[in-house]
Amino acid sequence: MAGDEATSGTEQKGGPASAAPLLEVDGLRAGYGIVEVLFGIDLRVDHNETVVVLGANGAGKTTTLRAVSGMIASTGSVRFEGASVSGKRPDQLLKLGIAHVPQGRGTIGALTVEENLRIGAYNRKDADVAADIDRWYEQFPRLGERKGQLAGSMSGGEQQMLAIARALMSRPKLLLLDEPSMGLAPLVTQEVFDQLRQITENSATSVLLVEQNANLALEFASRAYVLEAGQIVASGAAADLQGDPAIQKAYLGL
Amino acid sequence: MKDFLQILIVGIGDGSVYAMLGLGLVVIFRSTGVLNFAQGEIAMFSTFVVWTIHDLGVPMWLAVIGGMAGGFIIGAIIHEVAVRPVGDPHQKPLAVVIVTIGLFLGVNGAAQLIWGTVDRRFDPLFGSGSVNVAGVPIAWQKIGAMVVLGAIAFLFFVVFQKTKLGLAMRAVASNSESAGLVGIPVPRLLMLGWGFAAAVGTVAGVFTTSVLGGLGPNLMQLTLIFGFAAITLGGFDSLVGAIVGGLIVGVLTSTLPRYVEQFEKMPLAPAFILILLVLLIRPQGLFGKKDVTRV
Repeated sequence: MAGDEATSGTEQKGGPASAAPLLEVDGLRAGYGIVEVLFGIDLRVDHNETVVVLGANGAGKTTTLRAVSGMIASTGSVRFEGASVSGKRPDQLLKLGIAHVPQGRGTIGALTVEENLRIGAYNRKDADVAADIDRWYEQFPRLGERKGQLAGSMSGGEQQMLAIARALMSRPKLLLLDEPSMGLAPLVTQEVFDQLRQITENSATSVLLVEQNANLALEFASRAYVLEAGQIVASGAAADLQGDPAIQKAYLGL
Repeated sequence: MKDFLQILIVGIGDGSVYAMLGLGLVVIFRSTGVLNFAQGEIAMFSTFVVWTIHDLGVPMWLAVIGGMAGGFIIGAIIHEVAVRPVGDPHQKPLAVVIVTIGLFLGVNGAAQLIWGTVDRRFDPLFGSGSVNVAGVPIAWQKIGAMVVLGAIAFLFFVVFQKTKLGLAMRAVASNSESAGLVGIPVPRLLMLGWGFAAAVGTVAGVFTTSVLGGLGPNLMQLTLIFGFAAITLGGFDSLVGAIVGGLIVGVLTSTLPRYVEQFEKMPLAPAFILILLVLLIRPQGLFGKKDVTRV
């Protein structure tokens, strides 16, 4: 099934970049009704890479992810592993290996923690689902302590961890993360990013993250794009952007 | 006392039918957030399917199973043709409600076109006899309704709590957007929900026919009001609530006229009064969830 090798094989790490990029977005335009939000976005995520899109409120970060994962209509080209995936629904993209943790976490409130994780493996037919659930309980002990609790009754940080774990239950090749820091206390945000770093270091899952919290995001990601009013205005290695005076001024509060 | 017992059991028997209809209403409400005003008419239509199959000489039990299958297909087709194209019911609830009201009229008209307006006779599913329990005669019909409701409730419990399909349906009901993101084909599950609701409605229709003594296009219009009262009392989003609410409504409507003469001429009045009282005192119903919005 899709994504089987995603968590098993780490041999890709630092491998050749000869093949097509994992995700390649060209001239992506999208909006809501007559309101256009994205005016032609180009971006790329390689195998085993973490990429962040930085931007202020209203820049189009969420819209970018929603267009990539097929939640809203878009024009332009979205290619995944070299094949066009434009016009596909989220459930179809998930089968190909794109998992999306939406803004506001999107946990399924009326299901328990464990049921949320089981539903995360909806498309998997293999026998390792139970073992994977245990693996995420190990990574996020607080989810294990609360496996029978309704997801809707948990704190924001716990729900964010649950949303990430649930998305990873599908063994995605690419994880789309929409502002995991939103509404969380700084310490909790830090914890979420620490967990994310561990997860990406120990697996071949690539991450496309959109964030406002530039400090944390640039430390986490290897490459970054800066989105302003629906257009990419800067891009480069995360470390370079961290040192760029314009970026520091606009996003890092320095 | 014996009289009272008998009326009580009649009430529970009738209430079982309201509960069946209520279960169908709750299944659709949970997954779409919309009250399906056409639930009763779809049940009437598929009861006519049962009648037609039975009329060909097929035994009643098989005819009911055939009618349930027919109801399932009708419900699924209605969702695909009339409900799904309207758009996401969570974003346009009013549009979908209007569609179900249109379906109410359309399905009724279709039944009149196909089967006419003359009442059809129908063999009661459990015969017309009764059994004596401690000197109280109880119609097999009523016992049958209770047993069938029990079986349906058990089936629902198993499907929703123990199967992957049920888990997915609950996920869609709770958060359809996230359900799509974890790979659930949401439209297909909504279609199945409409199918299940219509299949259960078929059974409610068959029992209502044996209570009323005949099958016509207006078969379910009173029963639907009682079904609404049942889920208002039990809570729109609770399957347990539909069962408990249905049974209470059945008992109230059968016992109240004994004590308050006026209700005899107004059989619907207890149902309406109940709906009004519940909405005033406990709008979420006995088992429903209060709307909690987290930001």
